[in-house]
Amino acid sequence: MNKPLNEFKVGESGIVKSVSGEGKIKRRLFDMGITNGAEILLRKKAPLGDPIEITVRNYELTLRKTEAACVNMEVK
Amino acid sequence: MIKFALAGNPNCGKTTLFNSLTGSTAHVGNWPGVTVDKREGIYKKCEEPVSVIDLPGIYSLSPYTPEEVIARKYILDEKPDCVINIVDATNLERNLYLTTQIMEIDVPMVIALNMIDALEKAGDKIDAKELEKRLNIPVVKISALKEQGLDELMKRAYEASKIERKGETVLGESALKHLIGDVRIALSGQNVENPLFHAVKLVEGDELEVSAHKETLPMIDEFKKTFKDDVFGTDFEALIADGRYKYISGKFSPVLKRKSEAKFVESRSDKADKVITHRVWGIPIFLLVLFAIFHLTFSENFLYLGSIFNLPTLEDAGLINAEGEAINYGVRWLACIYDGAVYSPGVIFNNIWNDMIVGELFGFIQGGVENSGMSEWATGLINNGIIDGVSSVLSFLPWILTLFLFFSILEDSGYMARIAFILDKMFRKFGLSGRAFMPMIMGFGCSVPAIINTRTLADEKERTATIRVIPFFSCGAKLPILTAIAGGIVAYFGVGNADIITYGMYLLGILTAVLSVLIMRGTTLKGETPPFIMELPAYHAPQFKNLMLHLWDKTKHFVKKAFTIIIASTIVIWVLTHFSFNWKYLADEQINQSIMAGISQLFQPIFTPLGFGSQLGEYGWVFVVGAIAGLIAKENVIATFATLGACLVAVAGLDITGLDINSEDGIDAVRAMIQVTGIGVPGLIAYIAFNMTTIPCFAAVATAKAELGSKSRYKLTLLFWLLTSYIVSSLVYTVGSWPWCAVLWAAALAGVIAFIVVRNKNVKIKE
Repeated sequence: MNKPLNEFKVGESGIVKSVSGEGKIKRRLFDMGITNGAEILLRKKAPLGDPIEITVRNYELTLRKTEAACVNMEVK
Repeated sequence: MIKFALAGNPNCGKTTLFNSLTGSTAHVGNWPGVTVDKREGIYKKCEEPVSVIDLPGIYSLSPYTPEEVIARKYILDEKPDCVINIVDATNLERNLYLTTQIMEIDVPMVIALNMIDALEKAGDKIDAKELEKRLNIPVVKISALKEQGLDELMKRAYEASKIERKGETVLGESALKHLIGDVRIALSGQNVENPLFHAVKLVEGDELEVSAHKETLPMIDEFKKTFKDDVFGTDFEALIADGRYKYISGKFSPVLKRKSEAKFVESRSDKADKVITHRVWGIPIFLLVLFAIFHLTFSENFLYLGSIFNLPTLEDAGLINAEGEAINYGVRWLACIYDGAVYSPGVIFNNIWNDMIVGELFGFIQGGVENSGMSEWATGLINNGIIDGVSSVLSFLPWILTLFLFFSILEDSGYMARIAFILDKMFRKFGLSGRAFMPMIMGFGCSVPAIINTRTLADEKERTATIRVIPFFSCGAKLPILTAIAGGIVAYFGVGNADIITYGMYLLGILTAVLSVLIMRGTTLKGETPPFIMELPAYHAPQFKNLMLHLWDKTKHFVKKAFTIIIASTIVIWVLTHFSFNWKYLADEQINQSIMAGISQLFQPIFTPLGFGSQLGEYGWVFVVGAIAGLIAKENVIATFATLGACLVAVAGLDITGLDINSEDGIDAVRAMIQVTGIGVPGLIAYIAFNMTTIPCFAAVATAKAELGSKSRYKLTLLFWLLTSYIVSSLVYTVGSWPWCAVLWAAALAGVIAFIVVRNKNVKIKE
């Protein structure tokens, strides 16, 4: 099943299928290791529900839901 | 001297390595045009001394952040003899991503595989020899923290610097192989330096490269037309990033053997985060940390020991004589630490510095000057102009250093990133990110460290907006203005409650900050909310050595400022208050004849809408003098009232029996001013508001100037402060005097906001 990263639940994991979004944000996502085939685990959400914290390539990354919406994932 | 540059990701231990390599030779400056720290130092243990340059921490050589642009320009243009690329072994894949970009440049290179100790402690193993073979670049295992492997690293770097190295790319096996190859050959034909690096960046469509190689573009577009990928189409940026990471996980990552087979391992940091950034506990823990910092810095009742144990004051203990002075030198020291309650470390530091060191030293010099037989004006200039000015600025140093220390601890430990994580949602509504919170809240202590700490904000516009509103978070030095005037109002008019007035003014400051950020982000500092894609680095204990080096840099920086721009400004103000227009020296009590008084009388009418202008008549200009004196340091506002009060009471022939104009709390000085000028409550409150929101003290202005970077931005900031204070205090005055004015102001504000919203919408539609 495919869905964007911002719709993931805490503890859910998946594989990146594609990354969209405007130049600067997309490039930043790539640079931080969110490229096709990368495995991502949604670790938690901030106390106010946004941003989210994920594990990717063995480290912790935080990003906003609007940015996570650019990452299309295949749920595992 | 040969030059080595250190390059690597943020949080990879680069600064620690730099400090270990260069020790006391390090010095900090700025990269030209931007406020990013530039550290340089000398390593002496090679065959010849080596100059070491610490490049900013970066994740990539993309053109999007100032740090990345600095680093790539430095490597390309300054041509260091060797680049030492620090790679965090515990975070191998993402760190090597930067490596794959640097290795495309024709520059000698070695890899410092850092945090080997932490990696091995976790039970993982890494084969450095194998990695070296696969990268074709020397790899040295080090621990910057334990200073292991550093000599070996520098030896290999020195050897590497003697051999020319041609750029290599990991994209040679990707679908882009031929495209990059063709562009590289074309660039080589034009004798472009670093053809491989430029070829890759041009294929990527990198903004900086595209504008630098306009003439080559049509050719590259021809090449690109022949290319199409099944997955990515013609998204070359995605293709290249993907190519790099695929190569890394295929060829480099296998050198790392993990103890655990699980894909997502839970580290100690993750366990700590379960509590620290918990959905429910996250915010209370943060508030507790914040309270602890302020308590440790400013509290005069440390841990509430004084209240809990009901400790006696020094006076009760008989250690203070009838004149209110300590009975001996030992008691003076004791008074720095204790008086009925134990002081917090920040207050103790402050007391010792100001009472026992700066006060003593400058008092001694001032005594010498007084007895030297110089003319009266020269003594006055040196003692009251220069020395008092410098000491009032130096008196900030303990607050600055204490707050800075805590800030550095939060930053180095990794907690600062979590604060941003917790608060981001709240701040996004104002067009800021969660990182803006700490500098703002620190403004309640002192604007100077607060402004310096905006360096952690990545976006230039966000930074400018934050710097501008920091002074609205009323600092410690503004508190006396609040308490004295609020006290004066209560004592003279018998209305209100001093605490509620003070509290209300703090709220007004915060409200002004919020509104002005909203307006700025909607108009002059418009821009999308900067992306918030940020690493949450693993927690680690901050290092004493790094912290101290950091503080030492800031001290040097600030003291230098104190002795240049700030001293010049204080002299100017002193001369203006102590000379008449016909260049005659005036004693303190004759301030009413000074140039300053003349200028203030000239400007008096401007302040009429604010409640302390022409309506106050003959002596109304005194409030203007107070505000100008406040530019040196806000403590001066009330001090000026005392001087002026004494002078005017004599001139106007008022009876002020029962008032002690020179009392420390300044309340009686304010009462005398009220008597002399006949100012009302709205005018007084407006005056507080003016001082709170106008141009802050010289120390803060000088810091803001340095941190804003550009001259025009600095001038606009000064204008912004003047304008804001003018609007806010006229609002306070008019609404206070004629409450129905509130309707007008509300309508005006609604109009402004509606105008901005509509205009921004139109712009968007046009786009």
